[in-house]
Amino acid sequence: MKIRIIVNGVERELEVEPNELLINVLREKLRLTGTKYGCGIGECGACTVHVNGEPVLSCLTLAVEVDGKEITTIEGLGKDGELDPIQEAFIEEGAVQCGYCTPGFIMTAKALLNEKINPTREEIIDYIKGNLCRCTGYVNIVKAIQKAAEKISQRKSK
Amino acid sequence: MSQNKNINLGYINLFNTHIIPVKFNYHAPQTLEEALNLLNKLKDKARVIAGGTDLIVDMKLRRKEPEHVVSLNKIRELDYITVDSLGVKIGAIVKLRKIEKEKIIRERFPALYEALKSMASIQVRNMGTMVGNICNASPAADTAPPLLIYNATLTAKSLNNERKIPIEEFFKAPGKTALKEDELVTEIFIPYPPQDSHSTFLKITRVGMDLSKVSIAVLTKFNGSIIEDIRIALGAVAPTPLRIRRAEEFLKNKPLTEENLKIVQEIVAKEIKPITDVRSTEWYRREVAKVLVKDALMKCLEEEGGR
Repeated sequence: MKIRIIVNGVERELEVEPNELLINVLREKLRLTGTKYGCGIGECGACTVHVNGEPVLSCLTLAVEVDGKEITTIEGLGKDGELDPIQEAFIEEGAVQCGYCTPGFIMTAKALLNEKINPTREEIIDYIKGNLCRCTGYVNIVKAIQKAAEKISQRKSK
Repeated sequence: MSQNKNINLGYINLFNTHIIPVKFNYHAPQTLEEALNLLNKLKDKARVIAGGTDLIVDMKLRRKEPEHVVSLNKIRELDYITVDSLGVKIGAIVKLRKIEKEKIIRERFPALYEALKSMASIQVRNMGTMVGNICNASPAADTAPPLLIYNATLTAKSLNNERKIPIEEFFKAPGKTALKEDELVTEIFIPYPPQDSHSTFLKITRVGMDLSKVSIAVLTKFNGSIIEDIRIALGAVAPTPLRIRRAEEFLKNKPLTEENLKIVQEIVAKEIKPITDVRSTEWYRREVAKVLVKDALMKCLEEEGGR
């Protein structure tokens, strides 16, 4: 089946099978390997991408179901060779250990900060409950998201 | 040599959650009529998909291998939340997260709001629908106890028929509903709860993402210290989510004394039929159900006192 999607701002026309999953189309057909495969059953959030601006799990999404939609992956966050403030904050706060869960966390954090500029610590913790870090680096991940929120509001007020 | 019977290596290798190991024909009808026509033709060969958070997992694990998958996501006429003087109507493909963000749900249906907010993760709530949560008919479906206490009604349509099903008559067994193979739930109608009533939802899980071990929704309406209206529904403690009518009948027109509370706890423990599974033992579920009944009733009583 033919689908037409916009991935990180670029329009793509792809031929996919009904049983193909969005994650595999992104990783194998488009070579966007930043999005990670984790549990495969909706527990870990490693495969989080945005579809029309909302964070969803690409490993539980049929590629045919996103026909006509706009998809953003971790590769689409940086602009003009600059990292997204969330990516910067993750580096600065040491919120990356093995790194496997990081793209998923950053995509979820991006959605949170799009919704709310200044979330509380509790709101951050609740929002990221669908993302697992098996290095258990949650303290720094939450710190990084707080720092990213500051960065974004500072840049906005400039 | 002793062998662990629970682990079958052949099994593990069969399951690859990286892909969907079964082929199917995909249909994306644009209108409800088209969808009903398809279901009428395909009957039990077809599975309906909306959010996919249950069906895709089941297909990956080969628990379900449908020949046809009918997607509802292009049917715009099923994407609505309407509010009128009687209550709220929610279409079949409205995402859980959209319902949770609706002001009227937070203000008038607090038990449903709490249940929605507690479900899985943001990502799953952006994908899943309430009609899907109900039609999947898991005994642990978190939206079921609130919908039970609010006396929700489902609209089921087939090509030649339309009927209303009270939610209490909808669940038949784990994964089984009153729905016929050519029928589709198109809408959930939730009438407003009685004026000045209180309702709440509580659940016990291991970690936030897990399915409920036990969940409960309670609605009370007091007249002074007397309970005028009472509704109690539990999830994950029987083959289906259920109203505990015996407990309701007992408490009606009585004050919520410590003694009455104890009797209600015992009635609830007797009425439920929990099982032992990976999440809890039967004994634990029965004990926790008692505690949750008390906690939920006390929360409603507090709200009444604070009014």
